[in-house]
Amino acid sequence: MNLTRLFKPKTMAVVGLSLMNERHPANVVYNKNNLRLEAKAFPVNDRGGVYHGEKVYVNVSEIPETVDLAVIATRAQAVPKILGDCIHAGVGSAVVISGGFAEMGNNELQERMVAMAREADFPFIGPNCLGIYSPPHVDTFFIPSERMVRPEKGRVALISQSGGVLVDHMVKLAGEGVGLSKAVSIGNKALIREIDLLDYFSNDPETEVIAFYIEGFERNEGRQFVIKAGGCPKPVIVLKSGKTPTGGKAVSSHSAALAGDYEVFSSVLSQFGIVEAKDEFELIPFCEALCCYQKPIGGRVGIITGSGGHGALAVDICLSHGLGVPSIGDQDQRDIREKVSTRIQSIASFANPVDLTGSAVDDDFVAAANSLSHNEEIDCIVVLLLPYLPGITSDLGARLSQIYRQAGKPMIAYVPHVEKYLMFVEGFQLNGIPVAHSIEEAVHMAEALRRHQPC
Amino acid sequence: MLTREMREILLTSKETGWVLEPQAKRFFSLAGLEVPRYFLAGQIEEAVRFAKSIGYPVVAKVVSPKVIHKSEKNGVEVGIGNERQLKETFDRLSKIEGFAGVLIEEMVSGVELIIGAKNDFQFGPVILLGLGGTWAEIYKDVVLRMAPLMQKDIDSMKRCLRARPLLEGYRGAEPVDSERLNKLLLTLSDLVMSLEHDFESIDLNPVICNSSRCVIADARIMLKK
Repeated sequence: MNLTRLFKPKTMAVVGLSLMNERHPANVVYNKNNLRLEAKAFPVNDRGGVYHGEKVYVNVSEIPETVDLAVIATRAQAVPKILGDCIHAGVGSAVVISGGFAEMGNNELQERMVAMAREADFPFIGPNCLGIYSPPHVDTFFIPSERMVRPEKGRVALISQSGGVLVDHMVKLAGEGVGLSKAVSIGNKALIREIDLLDYFSNDPETEVIAFYIEGFERNEGRQFVIKAGGCPKPVIVLKSGKTPTGGKAVSSHSAALAGDYEVFSSVLSQFGIVEAKDEFELIPFCEALCCYQKPIGGRVGIITGSGGHGALAVDICLSHGLGVPSIGDQDQRDIREKVSTRIQSIASFANPVDLTGSAVDDDFVAAANSLSHNEEIDCIVVLLLPYLPGITSDLGARLSQIYRQAGKPMIAYVPHVEKYLMFVEGFQLNGIPVAHSIEEAVHMAEALRRHQPC
Repeated sequence: MLTREMREILLTSKETGWVLEPQAKRFFSLAGLEVPRYFLAGQIEEAVRFAKSIGYPVVAKVVSPKVIHKSEKNGVEVGIGNERQLKETFDRLSKIEGFAGVLIEEMVSGVELIIGAKNDFQFGPVILLGLGGTWAEIYKDVVLRMAPLMQKDIDSMKRCLRARPLLEGYRGAEPVDSERLNKLLLTLSDLVMSLEHDFESIDLNPVICNSSRCVIADARIMLKK
């Protein structure tokens, strides 16, 4: 199915608009699109009338222009007929916001829509969803404009079975300065499912990272999904809920008992190089890191620090996550020593971690990063930056990113995220280097770049 | 992949819902995998004759459609060293519910692994490799991969196992025959892909691996209802 008209509509109909209730989802959707987004919006309601001086159409077929997208927010029973009208009128696609379908046991109603849409090759999202956030074209989320937190335009596509989880993660992405290309809440995913969107975003030039919140797949659907995601050149991240068994399932074999649903899910993701975010605290940093670096790396980490303790903690976390911290060869150690400022030459340590001590200045970090960037035993550099060291300036992020640009070796920074140090954080982020909130998160990012390869 | 005899074994087991040990072993030996030398004895005399021909010690296991987990019913005796012990064991096993004979087998020693499969709802057939034996579910040292397995999957399965040193020869022991273990995993992977519509789960537990052999010492196929 072609989803172009769905994601980049020039015209849209909002079906179910209320003349009485301004808080009706259809009104929220109509108003925000009419005022703030590019798609031209037409209100539709089977009783007609006038809304804010605009003609309300009784049926989508009455709209004088070709409609690319219909947003349907009526009671469930009315939806199949409206969907039929849309297909008949040559509308290009639909988002069905209405609930009251399979999630309430009304499978037949939902199946009727799917059958109609399949026959007409008519894509629709939902039902029981928020739909699509695709700036600057369209936003079908029935959240008042002034309450939306909008991440800047960026390269992550976020697809979620839950609308609430989606909006929440948009807030968090915005907080971390990670940009979003599109967001889709797929609700009951009656017709358009994760796999279809994976296909679409694999080919979407605006998207570099595809992230999913998934509750579960249909029979054998997971198999199709991982095969496709494994072959996708863009990083795919999955956050899964429903990890704990619901119980009550009698298991008669050792294998069935040992291969629980989630254990299988998680193992198969890593088998296919799909990054699993274990919780919401991982999803956002993984999006950030994989936005910066799409090429999978090996698991050998070089650590640069201004504090021995930070270095030691980072080594522990690396090793417990199956990442290596190879020691740096004597010659390379001598080279770094020669390049750093004389006052730290005798107190710093140049093995791995490279501990430049609290007396280090920007140039020392740059010298160490330069050397590790050309060290073939190292796949990724973690810089533990302590902004309170007197010799460090907020220039460092830009200078280190320059090294990445020249040598192409991924770099991850840790900077404590408090108001006072945000200038340091931005120094990295604005220059395309991901910044972690903790040492642990920095290591998790390195693991994500490695695509969670099993062992 | 499946021979006619293999299909027949599945067909005749449909009613019980699972393939009993002797038939399951026959099934896997038809697929080209190694099982211990065994004999299904209905009478004590047959058991004694077979044990004598392969030499003691031997293993005796109850065969009963009522017993899925034999060790839970005290239905397995290993290290039977002589005729007297064998007769006592036979006598004891014959009193177990649903008794249909005693399986007499040669003793094989080595690392005990569990190799299995599950027909997962979301992902279809998946293969499992782990530290085996009665306590497999306690140690939970298992690695899972979606079938069909590629060589790289097999390599990573062995690498990811916590019990990996046991495969590589722990404390002076000889490493297990890697080629045979690979072959077993690949064959099982092929089998489960062709059994996709028939099986629910498969337990080969234990598979006993040493430096020259990888022997399926117990096998069970749970069929789809």
